[in-house]
Amino acid sequence: MFKLLRQSFMLLLVLTMITGALYPLAATGLAQLVFPHQANGSLIVRDGKPVGSSLIGQSFTDPKYFWGRPSATSPNPYNAASSSGSNQGPTNPALADAVKQRIDALRAVDPANTAPVPVDLVTASASGLDPQISPAAAQYQVARVARLRHLSLAQVQSLVRRYTQGRQLGILGEPRVNVLQLNLALDAPAGQ
Amino acid sequence: MTTNDYFQIGLYLVVLLLLVKPLGSYMAAVFSDTPNRVTRIGAGSERLIYRLCGIRADEDMGWKRYALAMLLFNVLGVLVVYALQRLQLWLPLNPQHFGAVSPDSSINTAISFATNTNWQGYGGESTMSYLTQMLGLAVQNFLSAATGIAVLIAVIRGFSRRSAKGLGNFWVDLTRSTLYLLLPLSLVLTLLLVSQGVVQNFKPYLSVPVVQASTVSEPVLDAAGNPEKDAAGNAVMKPVQVSTQTLPMGPAASQIAIKQLGTNGGGFFNVNSAHPFENPTPLSNFLEMLSILLIPAALCYTFGAMVGDPRQGWSLLAVMLVIFIPLLLICTAAEQAGNPLLTHLGVDQHASAMQAGGNMEGKETRFGIVNSTIWATATTAASNGSVNAMHDSFTPIGGLIPMGLMQLGEVVFGGVGSGLYGMFAFAVVAVFIAGLMVGRTPEYLGKKIEAFEMKMASLAVLIPCALALIGTAIAVMSATGVEGIANPGAHGFSEMLYAVSSASNNNGSAFAGLSANTPFWNVLLGVCMFLARFPLAIAMLAMAGALAAKRHVPESAGTLPTHTPLFVTLLVCVVIVVGALTFLPADALGPIAEQLMSAHSISLGH
Repeated sequence: MFKLLRQSFMLLLVLTMITGALYPLAATGLAQLVFPHQANGSLIVRDGKPVGSSLIGQSFTDPKYFWGRPSATSPNPYNAASSSGSNQGPTNPALADAVKQRIDALRAVDPANTAPVPVDLVTASASGLDPQISPAAAQYQVARVARLRHLSLAQVQSLVRRYTQGRQLGILGEPRVNVLQLNLALDAPAGQ
Repeated sequence: MTTNDYFQIGLYLVVLLLLVKPLGSYMAAVFSDTPNRVTRIGAGSERLIYRLCGIRADEDMGWKRYALAMLLFNVLGVLVVYALQRLQLWLPLNPQHFGAVSPDSSINTAISFATNTNWQGYGGESTMSYLTQMLGLAVQNFLSAATGIAVLIAVIRGFSRRSAKGLGNFWVDLTRSTLYLLLPLSLVLTLLLVSQGVVQNFKPYLSVPVVQASTVSEPVLDAAGNPEKDAAGNAVMKPVQVSTQTLPMGPAASQIAIKQLGTNGGGFFNVNSAHPFENPTPLSNFLEMLSILLIPAALCYTFGAMVGDPRQGWSLLAVMLVIFIPLLLICTAAEQAGNPLLTHLGVDQHASAMQAGGNMEGKETRFGIVNSTIWATATTAASNGSVNAMHDSFTPIGGLIPMGLMQLGEVVFGGVGSGLYGMFAFAVVAVFIAGLMVGRTPEYLGKKIEAFEMKMASLAVLIPCALALIGTAIAVMSATGVEGIANPGAHGFSEMLYAVSSASNNNGSAFAGLSANTPFWNVLLGVCMFLARFPLAIAMLAMAGALAAKRHVPESAGTLPTHTPLFVTLLVCVVIVVGALTFLPADALGPIAEQLMSAHSISLGH
């Protein structure tokens, strides 16, 4: 029993050093060497300063921006320091109420648009930080953004296309539009 | 379901099955009793480790000694993880200066990671220092997985050895699992994940300006730090401008790789693999999903190879697939159909080239429906428990599938090692039932199954069932248990049933609305996780010890072959009947009741 205990202790110590120290350090070294941009958070840099991550969404409520997925993080939406989904069950009345409010908010800033609302635009994402919306959700907002920014539909459409990714390797995942990158491009002075 | 749904499911299964034989035969070489090409590569480092630890690699342990070594090693692991959490404030690598974790949460998390459950009552990015994540949690990700594999290999030796006293050496099996299997696979996966955008650094969290500032209401605090109340007793709120976003950082990729490969499931961040820094692209998602089932599936082949009859391994893999695939299709169809209660609000849930459609609450855009349901089904079939979507927000039927898969005892793939030795218990029950039908002493793999083996197999089958039902009953009867519920009605009961089913089968996923970081839930679930892991493993080791001592019975005309479609069907039936008889009444009060009520309210036009 005592011998087993000593062996347990020593092996735990040795394997802890290998898997808990050597392994993450080696992994970090390799990652920083081969993929430094990704390993450090895929930051978007403007004028030498980070202005966000292309992987982490931000909150947009101004109608001249494209809006992203509703976010259930607290205390504010898209709080990246505390990721969270809503965890509302499908039959929870609070879910239907929240969806109704989100639809009303979308309709209020664009009364002319009576199309059905794409589902991802009115349901909270799993992480609360979803950087993307579906192409359908982007199309739903193109006319509004173009009108409020006095741009032609074609100009906005071409920006949307630029920040749309298809299925990865043609097969995996779903087509999607990066909302932060799209909005940064809308704000950028013409010609950039 | 859309054509693309079928296509992505098909691709996933094909790639998984193609990897079974290569990895399975590699593992058979790693755990072989005789030195070979594979074990010679690491022989030097192995010898060094054994010398440092005073281990004699050629010591053949009987089942009791093997079980004791396993238990001591894991209890020590629990203590280390507990201590790290309690002391992290005073230890290095804590750039966010997180305080000590509460005692009940610490012991819950320590048991959770040492039992390969990885139930998480805390939010990673707001609780754990980098040191705790690395030296505590990630280490247990490796060692609990290696423990599961070691016990499985010992149990397989029980079948393959004849008139033998020992089951092998726990230290050697543990070390080899870690060095030859888990470490190299994890290192490769880490780099693949980083290439997709998973973070891997030791930097403090990064504050960036946001494009559109917003305001939130925060409670006003008085001098003592307590919220101020107005005359009516309501908290006084003040608007606070939010003009920055804090991006979490850390050595995430290295931990996520082993969390997926070792059927652990404990996320670096609160929302696990739904977090864009933990699972940024569809490709990272595919690799992480593949890693969930990779080792459990390949171990089936290892088993066949080690008992000298690969057909035995394929037949158990077939049993798993026969249960897994239909459940995956049902889950996907239910989620793709969407939430009927949203349709009349004017929401477009149809799948098209422009959107995934379906029930998108609690799902990420890049994964859509099918990648969320493959994950949910795989992570609960295996006892992984990581998530890339919030199971709590699944449709009633969509949520019943992950819950049901856990309740089947985590033997459909199951945990690395533990899933397959759990399946052996069901296989022994199946040959026993077949033996009763024809009035012959049952045999499995040339070993007679007698009273002692049946007792141990029954224990292994019944322990998780009993824990899940009794634990849920305790929670339902306790006011502090019910307080944790987030959703009203039948769904609230589902949250509790899911939590206890998850802990009692060492899965670790959750209907995460449940506020489980309370002393009541931390203790209840901690007890369930511990009892589901170690007594069950010891029962299987006892069975293996008894089997190893037996002589080999040559096959006769009366032997039930265990590699045929007939046996596969029988075993599928045994697994499903045990699970359904045990849990159907409880499930009827949760997801099934919710589905009926949802259909009812639609038919009334509400």
